[in-house]
Amino acid sequence: MTKVPVQFVLNGEEKAEFVESGATLLRALREKIGDTSVKAGCQQGTCGSCAVVVDGELRLSCLTLAERCGGCSIETTGGLAHGEVLHPLQRAFNEGFATQCGFCTPGMIMAAKALLDRNPQPSREDVVEAISGNICRCTGYEPIIQAILAAARANSLSAA
Amino acid sequence: MGLALKTYPTLTAAGEALAAQATARYIGGGTLVVRDANEGDLRFDTYVSASDPELSAIAVTDGQATIGAGVTMAGIVREPALGFLAPAAKAVGGPAIRNMATVGGNLFAPTPYGDFTVALVALDASLDIEGAAVPVTDFLTGRETIYARALVRAVSFRLPAEGSFRFAKVSRIRPKGLSIVTIAAVVEERSGAITSARIAYGCMADRPIRAPAVERALIGKARTKDGIAAALAVATEGTSPPTDAIASAWYRSEVLPVHLGRLLLSP
Repeated sequence: MTKVPVQFVLNGEEKAEFVESGATLLRALREKIGDTSVKAGCQQGTCGSCAVVVDGELRLSCLTLAERCGGCSIETTGGLAHGEVLHPLQRAFNEGFATQCGFCTPGMIMAAKALLDRNPQPSREDVVEAISGNICRCTGYEPIIQAILAAARANSLSAA
Repeated sequence: MGLALKTYPTLTAAGEALAAQATARYIGGGTLVVRDANEGDLRFDTYVSASDPELSAIAVTDGQATIGAGVTMAGIVREPALGFLAPAAKAVGGPAIRNMATVGGNLFAPTPYGDFTVALVALDASLDIEGAAVPVTDFLTGRETIYARALVRAVSFRLPAEGSFRFAKVSRIRPKGLSIVTIAAVVEERSGAITSARIAYGCMADRPIRAPAVERALIGKARTKDGIAAALAVATEGTSPPTDAIASAWYRSEVLPVHLGRLLLSP
């Protein structure tokens, strides 16, 4: 089976791996690099659980070829916390009971991060739109929306 | 089984590679073809792509827009000169899909997908396929036959007159859900009467279609409830909507005139 080299920056760290030709970024991250914060859900582009940020843009790792990510900067939920200090989004999800089974949470958080990185003070409508490609079967979405808005408020307080 | 990825500097070279290998498929944003691979589609073993920057270019000059086939839906939304098309681009998927899905790929998206193409049909767009100008409706007719392996370089259309373009995607889930019916319209008026109309539907057939009976019935009429009544009466003429998990054919036919009426009467 043909292996191809891929090199990218994952959560600030240089990574260089040989992956199976045609492998998705999802498989490369989970099976080669061991970043299992990225979840393999539908693998059809429908559920959003595999969402990662590539060069500042939200993407679905299940539909992205690893080979096309050469030289890119990739962010996943696995790189958000600093040691035991959670990212404001992780803290808000935890405190706001925005996670139940937890399977959608990494994708939700990356969709929210992509939003807050470009729009630190989003409206509720902005938040709903930002997570519209992510499916949650537990929470009914409202705690997730509130957690993202809370994280935005916390960010603005810490920036003040 | 691994799939090879072969990337070429030009679309022409990618086209030659595609022609030389029946088991190769062109990959744009990947939202259709990688999905097929993930589903276990064994009919192809090679992805072919082109890195030509021209594929990602948007040019709007002298009232004419040309959009590279590799431009993403997010790219359309970001382009100020194509502001009227933003609602159609935003109708495609969620934010992650819109960062990946391309204009060229949307042309090949099977029903109930392909909402952006409905807008292109209403705009009477022309496709650049190997240097030939192909009307989008001709392409759609031959999508599974003569154009099944066509490489689209760009789509072009005349910019519609200010305020003449309307678009609606009707779905059960907002803001993101599959289409029950998608409608795009370019309706021009003068002195209170409709002078030209192009109406396109998504999910009212197995591919986006025009609604010529509606278009004929609108000419010369006022864009009022009474003025569009005759057009709404023939709204379903020539349609053959699918029954799928989203809606039955019967339901689509029942709600189409309601949504067409709302769209035509919208400010």
